[in-house]
Amino acid sequence: MAKKIDSQDSAGFIGWIDERFPLSSFIKNHLTEYYAPKNFNFWYLFGALALFVFVMQILTGIFLTMHYKPDAAQAFASVEYIMRDVSFGWLIRYMHSTGSSLFFVVIYLHMFKSLMYGSYQKPRELLWIFGVAIFLALMAEAFFGYLLPWGQMSYWGAQVIVNLFATVPFIGPDLAEWVRGDYLISDATLNRFFAFHVIALPLALAGLILTHLIALHEVGSNNPDGVEIKNYKDKKTGIPLDGIPFHPYYTVKDLIGLTVFLIVFASIIFFAPEMGGYFLEANNFVPADPLVTPSHIAPVWYFTPFYSILRAVPPILNSQFPGVAAMGLSVLIFAFVPWLDKSPVRSIRYKGILYKKWLGAFVVSFIILGYLGTVPSTIWGQFPMILPLLGGSDVATVVARIFTIIYFSFFILMPIYSKKSITKPVPTRVTMK
Amino acid sequence: MKSIIILIFILIQSPFIFASEDIYLEKAPIDLSDQPSLQKGARTFINYCLNCHSAKYMRYNKLLDIGLSKKDIKENLLFTGKKIGDPMEISMPVAESKKWFGAAPPDLSVVARSRGSDWIYSYMKGFYRDSSREIGWNNIVYVNSAMPHILWELQGEKKLDQKTGKLSLIKAGKLNEKEYDSVITDLTNFITYMSEPGQLKRKKMGFYVVGFLLLLLVLTVKLKKEFWKDIK
Repeated sequence: MAKKIDSQDSAGFIGWIDERFPLSSFIKNHLTEYYAPKNFNFWYLFGALALFVFVMQILTGIFLTMHYKPDAAQAFASVEYIMRDVSFGWLIRYMHSTGSSLFFVVIYLHMFKSLMYGSYQKPRELLWIFGVAIFLALMAEAFFGYLLPWGQMSYWGAQVIVNLFATVPFIGPDLAEWVRGDYLISDATLNRFFAFHVIALPLALAGLILTHLIALHEVGSNNPDGVEIKNYKDKKTGIPLDGIPFHPYYTVKDLIGLTVFLIVFASIIFFAPEMGGYFLEANNFVPADPLVTPSHIAPVWYFTPFYSILRAVPPILNSQFPGVAAMGLSVLIFAFVPWLDKSPVRSIRYKGILYKKWLGAFVVSFIILGYLGTVPSTIWGQFPMILPLLGGSDVATVVARIFTIIYFSFFILMPIYSKKSITKPVPTRVTMK
Repeated sequence: MKSIIILIFILIQSPFIFASEDIYLEKAPIDLSDQPSLQKGARTFINYCLNCHSAKYMRYNKLLDIGLSKKDIKENLLFTGKKIGDPMEISMPVAESKKWFGAAPPDLSVVARSRGSDWIYSYMKGFYRDSSREIGWNNIVYVNSAMPHILWELQGEKKLDQKTGKLSLIKAGKLNEKEYDSVITDLTNFITYMSEPGQLKRKKMGFYVVGFLLLLLVLTVKLKKEFWKDIK
């Protein structure tokens, strides 16, 4: 077991530092004497993994920046140069491209954990809101980064998304032009997206992750039972009875999760870096061409649930803005969850069946919307003309509309069903399941 | 936004796109570890394709990796004045080729990653005589393709049966069907190799990395058990 270090009696080099910088006390407060509930399960791994992926994206990003050229005439070629001529450039690039997709996998699972165990409930509202802000910043970071390889999908994906700004009433077209810095996606756009991708957003993300962690260590971690471990402390030491030091217990436990993650990660990088066109799209191996619109433009998979919502909302008064607003709301609505959930208990273990059904419906609609966002809306054909109301409309669009309604209902109806759902008694201490 | 969505819909519904996307593609029987096949493919590529198409991200010296010798490359495959470290560029200017063909022949360095190997294989087998077109050729995989049949001397000439959509030989070429298929297989093999010359090395390295991680997993599981044995 790790020997306890006390800043007062540490001597030598560490002692010298401790008199000038709170090294030992920092390590104590945040690792060796930060008490986390002892009953964390599988789902509690993804926060640590997200931090790992973030650091990895920064590191691989630094090396990519050394060889990448943010210039419309050279960007595509510089990526191929990295893939072929830079030593292990292909590995760095695949780590970065696979890392971006897995970042979202990890973040989605991390968010799902919070929804399951009520980790946003009092006193963790701010912790959750910082998390939502990280998610927003991450989406922006991924979007800006996707333009950089300057392939057809990069170009036309950015074109579609930037044009969303053009739908804002009154100022829309000017706004879109301001974002692009040109009348169409061009060298000017590439340069500014590069600036946002390599410095502005990573900096914002680092700051937000820090505040997320500060908030976490202030209120302490929730756990699968959703009970507060601080309520039962050892009378002498003041240590929570159900708490164990983060280091070494969770560092060694997370090492297992990290290794499993790395096995998945390495398997993708080395054997299927394109992941069947979901991580690296085939069309992005064609250099960007402003004169040739691809037959099917779809964002990368991690944006598709929201993109589906955009497409599902019909234009009102000839304006696409309602769809854009719905898409924006579908992301921002997460921030309100701490106040929408009126359940007296945190964890899904003690919430009633009604809540479980709604969470399940939400996950199903997220996945189906995600799939529909990757394919053209004509994929399932049209309803026969003889059907009233539906006749002639695309089956996939109607399905997307239904699941969009379920998606939003999960949030909007939460105050009602979370209150109505009959809960089970919550134990006073954590359980080891 | 709206115009783009409309454009996407029109494109998706146009028969042109259906023809290119819904066409049945034959599975290309390629094997990237087959070096003689890659070498034959490289020769076909350099002799036929590299006159109009460039492969500007591919360097000649990458051919060393598929078993060709420096002498081989220098004497038989390099254009005059080129060095072995040079990329496979061509001297045909893009603006001129646009005039000649209506569309500039695309660079083929990564075409196997955008179109796929099966597409290339089927495309190279999909040419037929079409007198309605200026170039005299058409293609069942990519309808109204601007490219004439470069290997027609080898394959011969085919015609399209409009009813069945099948091609049949009307004039024999230098090679029989089996021999021609094998030339196209080798060519497709090489173009696929060229789209990512490091891919074989990558897969090989993958086994070591995943193997190492599996061993590490055993250790991390044991480490966790050791630390956690007193937690109840």
